[in-house]
Amino acid sequence: MTAMTLRHYETPLLKTPFHPRTEALNKLWAWGNWGGYTTVLSFDDLAMEHSAIRNSASVYDLCPMIKYRIEGPDATAFLDRLTIRNVAKLSVGGVQYTVWANDAGHMLDDGTLFRLEANRYRLCCQERHLNWLSDSAFGFDVVITEETEDIAALSVQGPTSAEILRIAGFDVSALKPFRMAEFPLGKGRLMISRTGFTGDLGYELWTTPDQALPLWDLLFEAGKLHGIRAIGSEALNMARLEAGLIITGIDFTPADVCLREDRLRSPLEMGLGWMIDWQKGHFTGKAALMAQRDVGMKWSFVGLEIGGNISAEGAILYHNKKTEAGVITGAIWSPVLKKNIALAQVLTKYADGANIWAEIYALRELHYEKMMMQAHVIDRPFFVHDRRRATPPGKF
Amino acid sequence: MSYDALIIGAGHNGLVTACYLARAGLKVLVVEKNDWVGGAAVSRELFPGFTYSNCSYVSSLFRPEIMRDLELPKHGLQILPYEGGAMFTEDGGYLGMFRDHEANRREIARHSRRDAEAYDRYSRDILRNCRLIRPMLMRRPPDLASFAPRDLMELAWLGKQITGQSEAQIYDMMRFWTMSISDFLDEYFESPVVKAYQAVGSIIGTALGPMSPGTAYVLLHHAMGDVDGNVGSWGYSRGGMGGITSALHSSLRASGGEVQAGSGVRQILVQNGRAVGVVLDNGNEIKASRVISNMDVRRTFLKHVEEKELPSDFVHRVQRFKTRGSSGKLNIALDGLPKFTALPEGAPNIKGDMHFTDTIEKMEAAYDDWKDGHYSRDPFQDMMIPTLIDPTMTPPGKHFMSCFVQYAPPKIEGRDWTDADRDGFRDACLNQIERYAPGFKSLVLHCEVRTPRELEAEVGLTEGNIFQGELTFDQMFFNRPVPGYANYRSPIKDLWLCGSSTHPGGGVMGAPGRNAAAEVLRDMQKPAKDMSDAYAII
Repeated sequence: MTAMTLRHYETPLLKTPFHPRTEALNKLWAWGNWGGYTTVLSFDDLAMEHSAIRNSASVYDLCPMIKYRIEGPDATAFLDRLTIRNVAKLSVGGVQYTVWANDAGHMLDDGTLFRLEANRYRLCCQERHLNWLSDSAFGFDVVITEETEDIAALSVQGPTSAEILRIAGFDVSALKPFRMAEFPLGKGRLMISRTGFTGDLGYELWTTPDQALPLWDLLFEAGKLHGIRAIGSEALNMARLEAGLIITGIDFTPADVCLREDRLRSPLEMGLGWMIDWQKGHFTGKAALMAQRDVGMKWSFVGLEIGGNISAEGAILYHNKKTEAGVITGAIWSPVLKKNIALAQVLTKYADGANIWAEIYALRELHYEKMMMQAHVIDRPFFVHDRRRATPPGKF
Repeated sequence: MSYDALIIGAGHNGLVTACYLARAGLKVLVVEKNDWVGGAAVSRELFPGFTYSNCSYVSSLFRPEIMRDLELPKHGLQILPYEGGAMFTEDGGYLGMFRDHEANRREIARHSRRDAEAYDRYSRDILRNCRLIRPMLMRRPPDLASFAPRDLMELAWLGKQITGQSEAQIYDMMRFWTMSISDFLDEYFESPVVKAYQAVGSIIGTALGPMSPGTAYVLLHHAMGDVDGNVGSWGYSRGGMGGITSALHSSLRASGGEVQAGSGVRQILVQNGRAVGVVLDNGNEIKASRVISNMDVRRTFLKHVEEKELPSDFVHRVQRFKTRGSSGKLNIALDGLPKFTALPEGAPNIKGDMHFTDTIEKMEAAYDDWKDGHYSRDPFQDMMIPTLIDPTMTPPGKHFMSCFVQYAPPKIEGRDWTDADRDGFRDACLNQIERYAPGFKSLVLHCEVRTPRELEAEVGLTEGNIFQGELTFDQMFFNRPVPGYANYRSPIKDLWLCGSSTHPGGGVMGAPGRNAAAEVLRDMQKPAKDMSDAYAII
């Protein structure tokens, strides 16, 4: 931890290296606590911010994301044992979306794993895991260091993002999804990965805190003719729901803080079974997950399209309008899809979606309009666009 | 004049029982040996202008269902949450406690980054155990040897609570209930001061050291309460802990119950195997259809009932019931706020619990002195300054400091405490504080010192045990106070127990008193009025 003072309690919420810029733009003064950092919920206009993600380019401050550096001769073997995917298949310069679980197969977190060098990785995630990672490292020759405060990160997402980066001096036209490249930046370096949380063309930029403000200024200068706009967490949440992506602690309760046994979820139950490499040898949770795969799982995680125009946030789901069948973990009216979409935990026996209903209450001038709306299970991502994968990126 | 129920002792549990019975329409009298009500939940002014919480000093366990049932807020009860707390370290530093999750994490990270992240997992496991035990607090434990339908049903309910967990959680629970706090904390933390701070709740009121098996449960007993839903949080009773009993007293009067203070019970009258009333120290005889004792089980049956009235096996069990005193208390009137050199100016930690025992080993060494029949030469203290939050107890700028101290044995090397012992005990505590807050001693205007001797003589707690019996597993649940008598009854018909010697034990919780009232009313086949079940959601 950098400069940890005795008086840290006077500022329980820290400021990210980009704070001077985000503060200046935050017209609504809408701040939220993300992992102990003061972060922007919405700068000025939620609809405009969301629109920038799908129309031009958005900039989102990623600094509070928890980051660990994992390095040493056994780094690959350690991560292969820790996570459910095959890390050996991840080449240097590549990025994996991944998940890790405990021995009971219950999910602890998801995140992105960057292979920086043959024996050096970065793991980015929502929750804190130093304790779990260091316990899991017993017997492996690895060093694990939290580097959250040593890295300043921005997410630049949207159709004009590649062009803005090019104008800023970073040619990412050859960069394929889930690959990264490094560029000089001032006296330091900038690592750009073609990753993101929007399901759109987009990049994540990683540098040191001392380069944070010059980077911000460089981007906004480069992007001024290409609709660059700072966005807050609320706009990002809309985009991630359209992309069908989950958030730890919102779409499931992570096992290391979960009190109630029946609330624990496995990667299979969260719809992430496709990532598991059953052949790679032992990994934490494998035996439990194999058993669940063979017996079948009680819960499923699904994408829903729901009738009507009222967002079903937090709604209870019913089978045949009578029997409780699950709960909606996130929902919006999608401006790009012109649909009511949702993510939900549903009992597997009802997950075919033949007869699921969402109980929705719309509060209108102190009166609830109560609705029972049919919900259809549909594939995720809800929002799909060719520009997400096109390499080199097309012209917007 | 005859009463439906006569309660011996106006402590918090006696008053809770009295309140529920009075609300159910019984003619109720509480007799109290002291001139004031409160027992060990009492506020007294021993130095002009300064109110002390003379015995118990913080509140968390007191059941919110009881506060609500008995309308205690209407009768003046106010629980004030407090912030802060610190474990001072020998090297001049400290580990603080913060209510804000991030501030607390960063504080622990100053000592160990790994421990800072282990803290959430540790909190989860403590909370899981709280969730398991909380529903048991306001139920009568089953009698394991009984085939009565109610006992079997209660046993089945208990079995369901336990088997409702996963296999892994059942293993963890069984280990947790039998482990030492030292071993338990080693499973989560590496930093000595982090472990020492977490161990605080595991020794308070207990004649065990942090390395003794069973102390992990004692921690749970201190963590299962809450202040308005914040499980594990503690607060001050506004006006001192006597605020709780004065609210109960007021609620009792409003329901038609009476308290008669100033003369204690000399003898419980037994005729043909039934309790029929009491004789007071002043010679007055009071008749009652049932007698309910808020005194501890040893005091009740070994001092106030003729032995011939009791089965000898029962007497033997009562004699063996462990009430070993382990603690003392200093109540101090301060001319100003002491300055703890380790704390930055304005740090909120001074508003909470403060301690000077920065390793488990030092706590254990303090316990070693107790085993040798001596008070701890380097004692463990749970020290607080409630007047930093409560404006009612002292003049502005002056302060009341409460120091709960371990360890203090019931006897010094086998003999009774002398005044010289008491002064030595006091000095050990004051000198310890002075080391961390130079100039502290010059602020002391008055100091009430209570060793187990004073606790027994004044409050009536046998051997000065603050829980009316140790909270070890052999004395808990269906074993409390005596196997076969965990139902608040006794071998003598119409003689009942309602104090902390009964399930679920000590602390200012009120649950024993409430459960005893429920059993009395059930026995009378009277519906309990205004009595709520435990809140279902934790």
